[in-house]
Amino acid sequence: MPLRQASLRHSFLKGIAMALALFTASSAADAQVGKIERLKTPAGIEVWFVRDDTLPILSINFAFDGGASQDPADRAGLAYMTAAMLDEGAGELNAKQFQERLERRAISLSYNADRDTFRGTVRVLSEHRDEAFELLRLSLNTPRFEQEAIDRIRASILAAYKRSLTNPDEVAGLRWFAQAFPNHPYGRAVKGDEKSISGIERSMLFDYAKKNLARSNLKIAVVGSIESAELARLIDHAFAKLPAKAELAVIPEVKPQSLGRREVVDLNIPQTTITFGGIGLKRKDPDFMPAFVLNHVLGGGSFSSRLYREVREKRGLAYSVYSYLATLDHSGMFMGGTSTRNDRAAEALQIIEEEIVRAQAKSYLTGSYLLHFDTSAKVASQLLEIQLQELGIDYFERRNKMVNAVSAEDVRRAAKRFLADSKLLVIMVGRPAPLSKSNGG
Amino acid sequence: MSAIAICAAAGSAAVLLPGTAKTQPQGLQVSEFKLANGMEVVVIPDRRTPVVTHMVWYRIGSADETPGKSGLAHFLEHLMFKGTEKNPAGKFSKVVATIGGQENAFTSQDYTAYFQRVTKENLEQVMTFEADRMTGLRLTDEVVLPEREVVIEERRTRTDNDPGAQLAEALSAALYVNHPYGRPIIGWMHEIRQLSRENALDFYKRFYTPNNAVLILAGDIDDKEARELAERIYGKVPRVADIAPRVRPVEPEPRAHRRISLTDQRVQQPSMSRYYLVPSYRTATGNEAEALEILSHVLGGGQTSRLYSALVVEKGIAANAGSWYQGTSLDATRFGVYASPRPGTTLEALEAALDEVIEKVAKNGVEAEEVERVKTRIIASTIFSQDNQTTLARIYGAALTTGLTAGSVKEWPAKVRSVTPADVQAAAKNWLDLRRAVTGYLLRPQQASPEKRT
Repeated sequence: MPLRQASLRHSFLKGIAMALALFTASSAADAQVGKIERLKTPAGIEVWFVRDDTLPILSINFAFDGGASQDPADRAGLAYMTAAMLDEGAGELNAKQFQERLERRAISLSYNADRDTFRGTVRVLSEHRDEAFELLRLSLNTPRFEQEAIDRIRASILAAYKRSLTNPDEVAGLRWFAQAFPNHPYGRAVKGDEKSISGIERSMLFDYAKKNLARSNLKIAVVGSIESAELARLIDHAFAKLPAKAELAVIPEVKPQSLGRREVVDLNIPQTTITFGGIGLKRKDPDFMPAFVLNHVLGGGSFSSRLYREVREKRGLAYSVYSYLATLDHSGMFMGGTSTRNDRAAEALQIIEEEIVRAQAKSYLTGSYLLHFDTSAKVASQLLEIQLQELGIDYFERRNKMVNAVSAEDVRRAAKRFLADSKLLVIMVGRPAPLSKSNGG
Repeated sequence: MSAIAICAAAGSAAVLLPGTAKTQPQGLQVSEFKLANGMEVVVIPDRRTPVVTHMVWYRIGSADETPGKSGLAHFLEHLMFKGTEKNPAGKFSKVVATIGGQENAFTSQDYTAYFQRVTKENLEQVMTFEADRMTGLRLTDEVVLPEREVVIEERRTRTDNDPGAQLAEALSAALYVNHPYGRPIIGWMHEIRQLSRENALDFYKRFYTPNNAVLILAGDIDDKEARELAERIYGKVPRVADIAPRVRPVEPEPRAHRRISLTDQRVQQPSMSRYYLVPSYRTATGNEAEALEILSHVLGGGQTSRLYSALVVEKGIAANAGSWYQGTSLDATRFGVYASPRPGTTLEALEAALDEVIEKVAKNGVEAEEVERVKTRIIASTIFSQDNQTTLARIYGAALTTGLTAGSVKEWPAKVRSVTPADVQAAAKNWLDLRRAVTGYLLRPQQASPEKRT
């Protein structure tokens, strides 16, 4: 029966952090994933597949490289709106008919866009897979993008945008990216702003879909109860007719800017929400794993991290405090945040900065980091992630060994690279007492 | 609107389907037993990976607090991580982190629960820690006082930063005129500030005892292994208190529609929401609760629902609209409807359009096809829920701490199937009555000129 989530003791990653954190916060590996098969369909599409007949269900996760970084500079939010529009009518079906077809077979189909990818997810009972792949095919190949649906979805995105203007986490995250990546696609809001959303036209949605939804930039992961030959047939049914090659703008490599700056954004709330970030490491960097291990101790997802103990447990300054390594295709960041009472925001920030310096000096190395895959949905999602990050099909098997092989020397080396001068760009949203005047700006 | 998002998003469901043709999986072999000290145990095997979700649920929540001590159940939940006679503060969490496990805890109006997800070989260790803190908690002001500050910050983060959350809190407070569900789980700020170490320990001693607890083991474990471990570890925990029946003040029959509004500079997007006082799974008769569940989907569960079709698509006056039902609750519960206007529409006009949709359902009923579609989704969700041991554990834990049984969880899909369109219409007629409701507006100042920036 439906449950209502109650008050959790600890919720450490929110908003933008969530999307980026997949591989850092929730991590660790378990060899028990089942055999990963690399399927090649008759049309030549590659699929990573784990057969699991325990339950009569199928989880399909796929992604096209590109995402919101492909938005035109003055049309931030285009990828996001395209994602919201793909299930709003396709082929002969209008939006309502399309949604009813999904519901009649209890098919869940959704699209989303983040900075680097445009993603889709399907969950379906095995017996309804033909219908699911047919609706998937229609939505990818023949979306209608009707004006009525565009206006309706735009209104919903604008309403959410307006709500986000007073959500301190969202305000801080947007401001951080804008300041860290000026004149780069990463600096723009994935969901756009009032002006850019209002300016998106129907032809732009078609244009985005045509350039971005192609076979050359597609990665697919499937877990569930199905024969591989049957799966290959269905994958081709949905994806084979897409254009062979995506037309993607080249995104330059970039490092976070404005480091050392502190900026206050005024919002009349009883807390100050702090988002900080500096130079990190990219996912494929050889020092990523030692950096991950170090961050786990500093501010990763446990109740015994240094930040958790110093900021929360000892001083009661915050409910939530965390740090993580955020990895984008063209940049690596070390990021974190907290929310604390206005009159002690400066103190909280100071403690965090001290802990970062200490972490560099001490080069923590403890514990093991197991990843528990107990659902086929999670396996499918991680399989896709491994493809996107180009970590290799044997990554699940290698990962624990790689973590355990991290030495103190490795951690020291990594610490020098990402915590070295611990220069951070800090955004504070609220009315922090001693910092009420912006000293950055 | 966080409260609504939380309720509306939680669409998971129960288990084991009696007879659906070829999709029928083996079925869950859920077993139940009771230890000599009164602790109940539910075992939900899922052998796909060597991981076990271990949860201990207490039949104690914010609605069991003494008036004037709101937030105490949740505060104690935080303090349960502060160490025992045997294990100093931080040791349990450190072990969980070191073995690569996950842990957390949560509090609702009716229950408080603690959980870890660990690999099988580590299960015994976390069970031993959890059993130890069932009666061994040790608290000093040195840890209690900073943790109270943490809870105060939590309240600010969840509620005080967000006018929408404040309106949701005010709606519940207005809906319940006699029953403690009107209090926020996290507590009122002025009362949180007064909570003491003694309050927490008194509460702990009254309610944390094996005869008030349910152990859920979900994952790579069978009934036999579970029995052996549970008896050896939890079986030793002494029964330290007798638990009286959970009888809370009952709501009088509501007679007056109430209206509240919250106006705040921070509101950029106005909205309205309404709560109705309705039966829960525990208090309902027949398949009334299942009918309310289906009604919440037909009325406001997604893009094909009545509210979305009428307000967002056809009339084009709303940016979104929907409804939800919080059925898992020991006492009379809430059914919610909500909508946000598009620019140019007033909340009054939006509310009138919403009322029209509800009246139409109550008067003319719903289509058989709509009800079938919803049933298909609900019943499929019971199969999807089997993909996730933590979801299953939570379904059983919540049921057993809100007056239901494991049997009722198993029978749920059959009861959902038994609901007819006439039942859904009756639910709308009987329960979505304005006299049972509180309607709330979230406004920004100078609502009259909605385009003006504040």
